[in-house]
Amino acid sequence: MEKFTSVTGVAAPLIEDDVNTDQIAPVGGGPRLNQNYSEILFLNRRKRPDGSVDTDFVFNKPQFARPSILVTGRNFGCGSSRESAVWAMAAIGIRCIVARSFADIYRENCLQNGVLPVTLSVADTEVLEARVLEANGATPFTADLENQRIVGPDGSAFSFELPPADRMRLMEGLDDIGLSLKLDSEIDAWEKRISIEMPWMQRAFQN
Amino acid sequence: MPRTLFDKIWEAHSVGTRVDGRVLLYMDRHVLHELHAPHAFRKLQAANRPVRRPDLTFSAMDHTASSLPLAQQTPNAQTQAIVDAMREGSRRNGIRIFDIGDPEHGISHVVAPELGMVLPGATHAVPDSHACTVGGLGALAFGVGTTELEHILATQVLALARPKRMRIRLDGTLGPQVESKDVALRILSQIGVAGGRGHILEFSGPVARALSIEGRMTLCNLSIEMGSRSGMIAPDDATFNWIAGRPWAPQGAMWDEAIAYWRTLPTDDDAVFDKEVVVECTGLEPQITWGTDPAQVVGISGRVPDFSSVDTSKRAALEKSLAYMGLAAGDMIEGLPVQRVFIGSCTNARLPDLEVAANILRGRKIAPGVKALVVPGSAKVKRDAEAKGLDRVFRDAGFVWGETACSMCAGANGDRGEPGDRVLSTTNRNFENRQGPGVRTHLVGAALAAAAAVTGRITDVRKLVAGGA
Ligand code: SF4
Repeated sequence: MEKFTSVTGVAAPLIEDDVNTDQIAPVGGGPRLNQNYSEILFLNRRKRPDGSVDTDFVFNKPQFARPSILVTGRNFGCGSSRESAVWAMAAIGIRCIVARSFADIYRENCLQNGVLPVTLSVADTEVLEARVLEANGATPFTADLENQRIVGPDGSAFSFELPPADRMRLMEGLDDIGLSLKLDSEIDAWEKRISIEMPWMQRAFQN
Repeated sequence: MPRTLFDKIWEAHSVGTRVDGRVLLYMDRHVLHELHAPHAFRKLQAANRPVRRPDLTFSAMDHTASSLPLAQQTPNAQTQAIVDAMREGSRRNGIRIFDIGDPEHGISHVVAPELGMVLPGATHAVPDSHACTVGGLGALAFGVGTTELEHILATQVLALARPKRMRIRLDGTLGPQVESKDVALRILSQIGVAGGRGHILEFSGPVARALSIEGRMTLCNLSIEMGSRSGMIAPDDATFNWIAGRPWAPQGAMWDEAIAYWRTLPTDDDAVFDKEVVVECTGLEPQITWGTDPAQVVGISGRVPDFSSVDTSKRAALEKSLAYMGLAAGDMIEGLPVQRVFIGSCTNARLPDLEVAANILRGRKIAPGVKALVVPGSAKVKRDAEAKGLDRVFRDAGFVWGETACSMCAGANGDRGEPGDRVLSTTNRNFENRQGPGVRTHLVGAALAAAAAVTGRITDVRKLVAGGA
């Protein structure tokens, strides 16, 4: 996984609550094996009900074609567990999502893919949202994981806290499986003990 | 220290703590499906990593499976590629597959319990957010992403930060034609789509205890809609009786040992939860969603709420929801014309759900112009329903009797409505465009769905049954 220390770029505003994964990455024209994830990002939201391009939708505006940061509302990424809803963000260059709150699975999927999930204090969120709307893609923002802060174009900084474990994973770009396999012998020992104590747990298929 | 059901399962499955502070939680069972597993197979192969426990891993084929009769199913190049990759990856890794046409075919969350694969006190993972369904048996289940799926294949553990615990006590008794689904929708309207975030739910109280095991699974199925990754109901004699004799359930002396352990699982009397909610269920009407979020719920006699007092920052989203649904504040829900009815999904397509609907449809016909589809949750549900003659009841009423699949729940197999259709659906998500572009989904239980099919309108099933609708 790519290491994350800091990212600087355009911050896109989508100030809405409960944006779900069906909106972020619709199954659209049906599921496929080799998907171009940038194409499915907000596929339906990009269109008006009559099928024409919704030029008011944030990701259709030219200044927000390649944002680095997304700023959004409460319960972001609720709905299904599809990881494509994070891959689609990453596919257009988003490395940090600042939300009022995240749905649990979505937040986890962000961490798995080197995307930094940030929540700020309510007061800071309001100020940041206003700054991002005001900047309108013209001036860059920085998400600085090392110092745990978001920095606006005027130098104003909003600090956030990430649990140390999550921060370490992102900063070191750790391979999650490798990290777990360091406890391989503990896994072996657990299996041995349980197959004696609760044999039904270690046998799924009874013939 | 008094402990909750969740604490007991969590602690029994904690293998160790990783350097980053995450706990490795052992997964007793892992069920894959074709939408996500092929990616993980590909990545594992590239990293040259074997599947650690193919004997505890199973492959379902549910999301893209067709609901057409087997003989009429024609391959579609796009989904065929996924299905082929699933078969190939499962075979290469020695994973048993419940393939289309097999006796164990079906929606993974329906198949795993009915086989006796999921057991009380066990952990369960599926790369699908409705893994929580099996919490109805007192199992701790996790819906996982694709990277987590790959992680479990390689290690058989999931790396987690310990979640908090929330109890939802369901008081009172349920009236006639009021189902588990109505209770779940009522909870949603009370706590909202983020109410359970960061918590594992435990449903308790007299209503939870009185539910059938299938009803418990329906309730737990909607935990994810409540914002929680998982929800459970403590196992009791009803659970043990339901599992006894299932093909993969432990037998003989091992069964007795298992039951003795399962009896230790329920939450201790003085255990403390991080959050407690009480929901009063006496007097509850059948419930229905009016909007595009599963917490936008009213009773069947209710009206679309008026938002004039809601603060402006939230009003825009509510109005957008209404515009999509073709409704206005103050509209009566009852009486709205319906174009389609879908009875199916991991929420409401087990045998008792089909029986509820069939009891309403028996001797009745669906209204002209309504398209009605029923898709059993598994091949076993289908067989059991056919043995009881339910297929005839549905067909005689004018329903299409489908092959098991996820079908119109997410439409990944092509079963979708037409733009503008108002659909009464026993599924779990009423998001915009989920059942097809422009399709207006109202989530309901099986009774309301059947009643609407008969009258062609959203109908209070209690009146229909009493002869008044
Ligand atoms: S029936 Fe619907 S919710 Fe259930 S597994 Fe299938 S697509 Fe997911």
